[in-house]
Amino acid sequence: MRYLPLTPADRTEMLAVIGAASVDALFADVPEAARLDGPIRGLPNHASELAVERHMASLARRNTVAGEVPFFLGCGAYRHHVPASVDHLIQRGEYLTAYTPYQPEIAQGTLQMLFEFQTQVARLLGTDVANASMYDGSTACWEAVVMARRITRRGKAILSGGLHPHYVSVARTMAKYTGDALDTRAPDLSADTDVDALIAAVDDDTSCVVVQYPDILGRIADLRPLADACHAKKALLIAVVTEPVALGALKSPGEMDADIVVGEGQSLGVGLQFGGPYVGLFGCKQKYVRQMPGRLCGETADADGKRGYVLTLSTREQHIRREKATSNICTNSGLCALAFSIHMTLLGEKGLRTLAAANHAGACAAADRLARVPGVELVTPAFFNEFTLRLTQEAGPVVRTLAERGILAGVSLGRLYPGEEALANGLVVAVTETTTADDVEALATALEEVLA
Amino acid sequence: MTINASGWKPEMTAGTGGAPATSTGNRALMLEEPLIFEIGSAETTGVDFADAPTPAADRLGGLAREASIGLPGLSEPEAVRHYTRLSRQNYAIDLGLFPLGSCTMKHNPRLNERVARMPGFADVHPLQPVDTVQGALEVIRQLAHWLVTLTGTAAVAMSPKAGAHGELCGILAIKAALEARGEGGRRVVLVPESAHGTNPATAAFAGFAVEDIPATADGRVDTDALVARLGPDVAGVMITNPNTCGLFERDLKAISDAVHAAGGYVYCDGANFNAIVGRVRPGDLGIDAMHINLHKTFSTPHGGGGPGSGPVVFSAALAPFAPLPFVEEHDGQLVLVEEETAGEHHAQSFGRMVAFHGQMGMFTRALAYILSHGADGLRQVSEDAVLNANYVLRSLEDVLDAPFAKAGPCMHEALFSDSGFPDGFSTLDVAKGLIDEGFHPMTVYFPLVVHGAMLVEPTETESRAALDQFVRALRSVAERAKAGDASLKTAPHFAPRARLDETRAARKPVLVWEPADLPQAAE
Repeated sequence: MRYLPLTPADRTEMLAVIGAASVDALFADVPEAARLDGPIRGLPNHASELAVERHMASLARRNTVAGEVPFFLGCGAYRHHVPASVDHLIQRGEYLTAYTPYQPEIAQGTLQMLFEFQTQVARLLGTDVANASMYDGSTACWEAVVMARRITRRGKAILSGGLHPHYVSVARTMAKYTGDALDTRAPDLSADTDVDALIAAVDDDTSCVVVQYPDILGRIADLRPLADACHAKKALLIAVVTEPVALGALKSPGEMDADIVVGEGQSLGVGLQFGGPYVGLFGCKQKYVRQMPGRLCGETADADGKRGYVLTLSTREQHIRREKATSNICTNSGLCALAFSIHMTLLGEKGLRTLAAANHAGACAAADRLARVPGVELVTPAFFNEFTLRLTQEAGPVVRTLAERGILAGVSLGRLYPGEEALANGLVVAVTETTTADDVEALATALEEVLA
Repeated sequence: MTINASGWKPEMTAGTGGAPATSTGNRALMLEEPLIFEIGSAETTGVDFADAPTPAADRLGGLAREASIGLPGLSEPEAVRHYTRLSRQNYAIDLGLFPLGSCTMKHNPRLNERVARMPGFADVHPLQPVDTVQGALEVIRQLAHWLVTLTGTAAVAMSPKAGAHGELCGILAIKAALEARGEGGRRVVLVPESAHGTNPATAAFAGFAVEDIPATADGRVDTDALVARLGPDVAGVMITNPNTCGLFERDLKAISDAVHAAGGYVYCDGANFNAIVGRVRPGDLGIDAMHINLHKTFSTPHGGGGPGSGPVVFSAALAPFAPLPFVEEHDGQLVLVEEETAGEHHAQSFGRMVAFHGQMGMFTRALAYILSHGADGLRQVSEDAVLNANYVLRSLEDVLDAPFAKAGPCMHEALFSDSGFPDGFSTLDVAKGLIDEGFHPMTVYFPLVVHGAMLVEPTETESRAALDQFVRALRSVAERAKAGDASLKTAPHFAPRARLDETRAARKPVLVWEPADLPQAAE
């Protein structure tokens, strides 16, 4: 077996060193009734690398590859071009096969990378500080709500209708068991965000308002008035960004005085991967740093006075504080954070702004072309790279019909909000630098035929 | 504009430890590397774009970003060099034995990486119509079948993102089951004092009160104390098996029976499943839920701190409460059951834990690993893992105190203490000395039930020669500690950095780079 270096002779000699009669003797503490006498029946035995690769390739071939068809899906996961060097670098064994940097003297590579990542994320989100990553955007969002509860000592969170419905779902699941109160609402299929309603809803019991920017339909709202309203009631504003590339074109939530900004970092470096692993971004104002969840990397010096980095403020964390920790998170998303950071470094400010401009320009052109299709109306006048269309019929069946024609047309709101009839005709379309004019034309033409 | 406006250059020539200084601070292949903020600029980019059409006016709702973001860029050759140089300051499994106890740092097969990057897995959107992702759903189904079969359980939730997230999944299922029985008032979760910190943190995160259960002198849960504490306020126990002392919990079945009789549930921390795969099915020991770290037992890479993946297997009692989404077969087609589409059949599910469907990129890797080993190979894995750990235990017990070794063999990890070290010498010194010998240290100061604990988990992917080399190194460092060798107090001497000042880092945290706040590197 190719992953096992011990030879039969090694095993025999090692048992002799140990003083055990057999391998079975090493498992003597296992109650007899629970011991298995051989390989579990009904499962196949070992296979060659070639055979396993063939099997997995046969499964991979049964999926439609996003890059091989006109593709317009977004809603929390975006298809961007990832430079080849990103994947090369993250496959270096020194990153790929390292562990959480508990021994900083021999983990400066990971630690310095995390310090750079934290700085990049903080600057992108417009926050003072950022942590070393969370699992993904949805769990980062819930952790932010918990953090706001700790800071404000209040138990009611108000969730915008524009927040990704899966993020709402995660919060709902958790709140059911933690006793937090959630004030939630469904989005309207209209040009307007619910910022005014959120401002009206903030009261003295509110710990935080959670708002997505741009929101699930692609809409963009100025968060400053909402931040002011929150702060007037001593509540926190949590902004959620599911498309970080947008912040290459848009004011950051931090600039608009959001207290905590969380995000899904998948767009940069990580790829679609059918939903995971992704990387949660988490930033906040300096004054809340000791209430943050997750790993933090900080600068220090070694015994010789050389600059170096360590994991720090670990008295917040589970391995020190146990049940009094700010979160139970341990392993986070280190390698995806590295991919994000490398991609961001390759882009730099100039590249990120150019990338964002290309996304926005492409989306504007696509929105105009699609809005000319009879039976299609553009719902969202302002957007970044994702906009919502209203069709004259339910979008779900249209998406499935187009998929049969080899076009992945977008995300139907019926998939995300089943049973919400007012949303059923909504189709959310994302356009990135990977989308070509031919792709848009193919979608427009197909929509013309299907909606005719 | 350049990002490094201050022109500050880090001090890298200090601390040469007697060897001649170099002008760069480099030591041949050991290369110092500044931060991207010190070498990059806002105008530099390593990505070219086709000329994009410019719209007449943006449609950003008046929220266009005007201020500079402050993100430095590097050209591709500069970026490749920066990250390659940084990588060389890391220890990794690819470099050598990585005996971090409870972390199962085994070899990460490269077939896994190739498979995960197949476009049919890597370039698929989570919200594509299910007709277009049948292969991806089949991966989830096949992996789920293996996990359920290997553990002897009834169901598995695939979406948890890591071990601690899996713990949360299991604990929420317990809470949901109790509430369904009208016993939501059970507020207490019992956690042995030898448990991973994530266990009590998870229980608290889900709103439970945590009570410690002591360990016995032989390193196992005090069964009598645990059973005595059971009652109508106890929701369940969280127990690690094999435990963090590297020992099999012999009484686990009896504990499970007692907990069930008292109306509670048993959560098993499966971090150490590698020791028993194919030898024992945890379901046969009466557990109700257990997470499986795909990044430990099933060889997906640790990546410098994730991403992990923590599927949770469930007993029949808890299976109805498992979180969404599920993969199911309807009329020959695989479908994804999400909250939106879950009918009566899943009415008891406790809900969704993450956006989308879990760590697909880890499922493909883990399935490739499992298929490579097969049922016979996985059994050999646990046998070799346990054999290697016992070999290390017996090879070092004459020089290091092994508190539980007299009582019999260990499982996948060998536990030592600092007993016998002279005053002023600690486990930390041994760990740092081991770094100079070219090894990553073992887990130190955990579990808490042993003074100055050193927990060594070699895993099955180490050859006998590699074990012998490690044993010689650890023996030599332990002997130096016992002899009071002062040079050990300042180890490591040959790593990219000497001991780092963690107190200073925590006192006034510097978490992001800012030119104005730069400390002087050499004080």
